[in-house]
Amino acid sequence: MSTATRSVPRTIGAHAILLTYTAIALFPVILVIMNSFKSRAGIFGAPLTPPTPKTFDLIGYTTVIGQGDFIHYFQNSLVVTVASLFFVLLFGAMAAFALSEYRFRGSSLMGLYLALGIMIPIRLGTVAILQLMVASGLVNTLTALILVYTAQGLPLAVFILSEFMKQVSDDLKNAGRIDGLSEYTIFFRLVLPLVRPSMATVAVFTMIPIWNDLWFPLILAPSEETKTVTLGAQLFLGQFVTNWNAILAALSLAIMPVLILYVIFSRQLIRGITSGAVK
Amino acid sequence: MAADIRPKRPFRWHIGIFLAPAVLVYSAIMILPLAGTLQLSLFRNIEQHQVFVGLQNFRTLFGDPNWSVGFWNALRNNTWFFIIHMIVQNPIGVMLAALLSSPRLRFAAFYRTAIFVPTILSFVIVGFAWKLILSPLWGVAPHLMDLVGLKSLFTPWLGKEQYALTALSLISVWQFVGIPMMLIYAALLSIPEEVIEAAECDGITGLSQFWKIKLPLILPSIGIISILTFVGNFNAFDLIYTAQGALAGPNYSTDILGTFLYRAFFGFQLQTGDPNMGAAIATMMFLIILGGVCVYLFLVQTRLRRYQF
Repeated sequence: MSTATRSVPRTIGAHAILLTYTAIALFPVILVIMNSFKSRAGIFGAPLTPPTPKTFDLIGYTTVIGQGDFIHYFQNSLVVTVASLFFVLLFGAMAAFALSEYRFRGSSLMGLYLALGIMIPIRLGTVAILQLMVASGLVNTLTALILVYTAQGLPLAVFILSEFMKQVSDDLKNAGRIDGLSEYTIFFRLVLPLVRPSMATVAVFTMIPIWNDLWFPLILAPSEETKTVTLGAQLFLGQFVTNWNAILAALSLAIMPVLILYVIFSRQLIRGITSGAVK
Repeated sequence: MAADIRPKRPFRWHIGIFLAPAVLVYSAIMILPLAGTLQLSLFRNIEQHQVFVGLQNFRTLFGDPNWSVGFWNALRNNTWFFIIHMIVQNPIGVMLAALLSSPRLRFAAFYRTAIFVPTILSFVIVGFAWKLILSPLWGVAPHLMDLVGLKSLFTPWLGKEQYALTALSLISVWQFVGIPMMLIYAALLSIPEEVIEAAECDGITGLSQFWKIKLPLILPSIGIISILTFVGNFNAFDLIYTAQGALAGPNYSTDILGTFLYRAFFGFQLQTGDPNMGAAIATMMFLIILGGVCVYLFLVQTRLRRYQF
């Protein structure tokens, strides 16, 4: 290796830039969480210091938990996300298997058709989607959201999974066929377990936009019964514009589950993004 | 002829069964509504009936000042939103990725994880958190600027017409810089050692190595990032809606196509919702995005040299 890549000032410079940017990236998140544990006087008096025994106060959290139905919104978000994820992974893997395993007439056309949705956002079809949901009586149900998110997640899932399924050894599948396994058994018993790591990657990619989406809950399911946590937080924040304790606590409550999940799955996510490179 | 000689294969039902659920859901919820929306933009609701009116809705959109002023304003703002992303987000992303990929850098995993955090947060959180930070009421932003002696430059950016859109674009850049960083990082890692070593043998190191060797090799990734940014920006809605409301204030200065579509479709205080005009705006967005994707596929991608190692 050359001396240039090892030189000390260069390394220090790299760390300085990266540290600065890390601070910029984390500062708002830390600021919000830190201040959510403070009293009103503490929030305005010294916003940049961590809570001290004098300024520590949970009033924000008690207001939020007393006022908003956050537990219920969480449940809705969880149901929608988990169900959509399940269908995206199952249907996506099945279609990806069909496209990568068999050659049939129109197979590349079918692949292209399914890939269309990667570039064209489903949001542009909202007007007709709402009409469809009204006609089928699905407005203000979680089913509507699950259907939309399944359709939204499928194109990318099929695309990524079929790339991975092409790598599964043909010998293994043919050995299964000789042993008299049906195509379904080969898919569920042989191929699916082998592509499990890539399924996890697809899962993380699919999950984040679903959990964070505001557009479709706002349009398809705005009722109290079906509010997701993102929509609930949005409306709640609007109501409490002047109650800073409650706002900061609500924001922290919305941040924390995502943050915890991210810390657990970040390796998986980053490995997924860089999978083409680091084999 | 060959087909006649070969024994006819039985129809492979399982292929259909594997494909059916995905194709059905995708067609019914995505493709058909998309086509339906495009079709709806050619109709008007006249006395409770949808009547075919040709391009009349588009004539209204471009000809009627009530609509055209808003549309061009939204399109202009959206373009500016996109330009800010291209000139701020992508260079920062490339720089961070280049630093992260330098060999034997300590704490690289920590930096990577931390810088990606904003990307996983929802717009609602991001929009509101920044609204609080930039709020003159709380005083965090002026206080911080005071530390570096720039307090006199502080104004409530989100509340001023001339700054609000740029401020929001930068917030969006802050949120999404993780994506170009990760993709470029992956591209940089996939450059084989031999290429770098050959460059070093020729005495090309450091910055000139980045400009002459690495940058040309990651151009395809930069192309992909640009088109992803384009699609994402012309489809954006949530951040503006959360931070500035459906009216995209102050005085529509942050109105982009997404919020314009929302108001046209659902209506707001002064105006009733109009699905047909909403569909017309969605069609325009569709054409803009399609245009961008085509430019990328046929002009950019074919000209970029891909290197196979």
